Amino acid sequence: MYAQMVKTASNRVKTREEMSPEEQHFQDKIDNDVKIEPKDWMPEDYRRTLIRQIGQHAHSEVVGQLPEGNWITRAPTLERKAILLAKVQDEAGHGLYLYSAAETLGVSRDELIELLHEGKMKYSSIFNYPTLNWADIGAVGWLVDGAAIINQVALQRTSYGPYSRAMIRICKEESFHARQGYSAIMKMAFGTPEQKKMAQDAVNRLWFPALMMFGPSDKDSVHSEQSMAWKIKVKTNDELRQQFVDQTVPQIDYLGLERPDPTIKWNEERGHYDFAMPDWDEFFNVIKGNGPCNADRMENRRKAWEDGAWVREGLLEHARKKAARKVAAE
Amino acid sequence: MAEVDKDKLYQFLLRMGDNTLILGHRVSEWCGHSPVLEEDIALANTALDLIGQTQMWLGYAGEVQGEGKSADDLAFLRDAWDFRNVLLVELPNGDFGRTMMRQFLYDAWSSIMLGHLQKSTDERIAAIAAKASKEAAYHVERSSGTVVGLGDGTEESHNRMQAALDYLWPYVGEMFASDEIDLAMAAAGIAPDPANLRDEYDALVGRVLDEATLAIPAGNYVHKGGRDGRMHTEHLGHLLCEMQWLQRAYPGCEW
Repeated sequence: MYAQMVKTASNRVKTREEMSPEEQHFQDKIDNDVKIEPKDWMPEDYRRTLIRQIGQHAHSEVVGQLPEGNWITRAPTLERKAILLAKVQDEAGHGLYLYSAAETLGVSRDELIELLHEGKMKYSSIFNYPTLNWADIGAVGWLVDGAAIINQVALQRTSYGPYSRAMIRICKEESFHARQGYSAIMKMAFGTPEQKKMAQDAVNRLWFPALMMFGPSDKDSVHSEQSMAWKIKVKTNDELRQQFVDQTVPQIDYLGLERPDPTIKWNEERGHYDFAMPDWDEFFNVIKGNGPCNADRMENRRKAWEDGAWVREGLLEHARKKAARKVAAE
Repeated sequence: MAEVDKDKLYQFLLRMGDNTLILGHRVSEWCGHSPVLEEDIALANTALDLIGQTQMWLGYAGEVQGEGKSADDLAFLRDAWDFRNVLLVELPNGDFGRTMMRQFLYDAWSSIMLGHLQKSTDERIAAIAAKASKEAAYHVERSSGTVVGLGDGTEESHNRMQAALDYLWPYVGEMFASDEIDLAMAAAGIAPDPANLRDEYDALVGRVLDEATLAIPAGNYVHKGGRDGRMHTEHLGHLLCEMQWLQRAYPGCEW
């Protein structure tokens, strides 16, 4: 997830005849499901596309701490506070694995963070929506991590080895988060009328933003084709979105909540639910920086980075002094 | 275990549990805002350990009190005057340096205290301390490393750490101020007299601050009033507003 508008450098897939021998060999590996490893030859566009995708994904994990962190100090019980802290800690850990995976492609974590802060790299649009009541924390775990898992389970088979392995590890934790999220929202949906109202409000607000996490419709997704050929992506945006809707609608019904989209209807012929697409104008606006929280999220991240500069410099300087003293002693 | 006044034991357990509750809350405020991703993870982890310790201390406190109160009842439904944490842990985070200095000054006390509590004549306390002291040993290793790194870092980091120490040092003494509750615990072999931990503490803290090239401020004034609830800082009320809001606004819910 978390990487829904990744541009490949080229919009058209090369035919075999157009490929150099190196490119042909590379494509053969991909077609035979042989993972690409950091030291292997790879087309420059493949490398750059992956840096964008993995970087966006890493940034999403880091920025994603903010909407959930927003409720840590107001969690209603000690257990809920502990669960939420553990979850946010996991997200930061995912950020670390992913930055490490990106580093294998020759870009440092600090460079990626700088690009984020300069607005040259994005993070998932979902984190530009606010968490407004306690049920949002359940809904984020259930819907947002739920949508992320659908994307990431697919990405476990992605062609780049370090990314694929990071996904396998991350998916284990994400499915735990989704279950915890659902258990939290169950308490709300089956609780007092006020709690149920919070749960309904959370689902109503987060449903369409969750659908946006899969990216634009296939017909409008100009970059998918090359990414599919390289197996950076393994399923289309619409396939993944349908899977999410099919899995989530019965869960909404079980909670006794109203469906957030009145047009949701089981289609016997297709064997899937029909549903309304999110407002893509809103989506593109959020991507451009006009979402409800974009400015605040970026300001918070930049402030954390700038306020922390003296800490990073201090610790580096200490490490230098220590190394110098060690040399002097030898 | 020797006979001990239940109310005094309850007060002692509140002191332990309120320290971890309030400090855990403060540390959790950093989530997503720390100087580097590794610190976000470490701070969340520290907060998580402290909240876990709170569940054990306040859970037992509720049992000793005998009014059927859970750890959550005690955490979310008492007012400021009933809190028994030391003032040190309720102070606002300040910059990262002050947060880490406060953590170190607390961790040093906590690691020593928990070491002694493992020998408590109260089996429940000994068991809680056995679990918590593993965490505290790790916390103090980490926070002392950061204090040394930043104290003996750049000029700016050194100055900030010295300023943090100057601000926080007057709150250290409260951790070692004994009263009749401590004396009753010590007499029953439940907990050490905190005054007796001071030498061990000064040795540990002195060694780390020395390595950090930081100077313990002159002056021996001590701010007190948290452990006995006589007078908290203004900050505690605001912290409780935030922490207790859902439980207060929607009483009697299951969450």
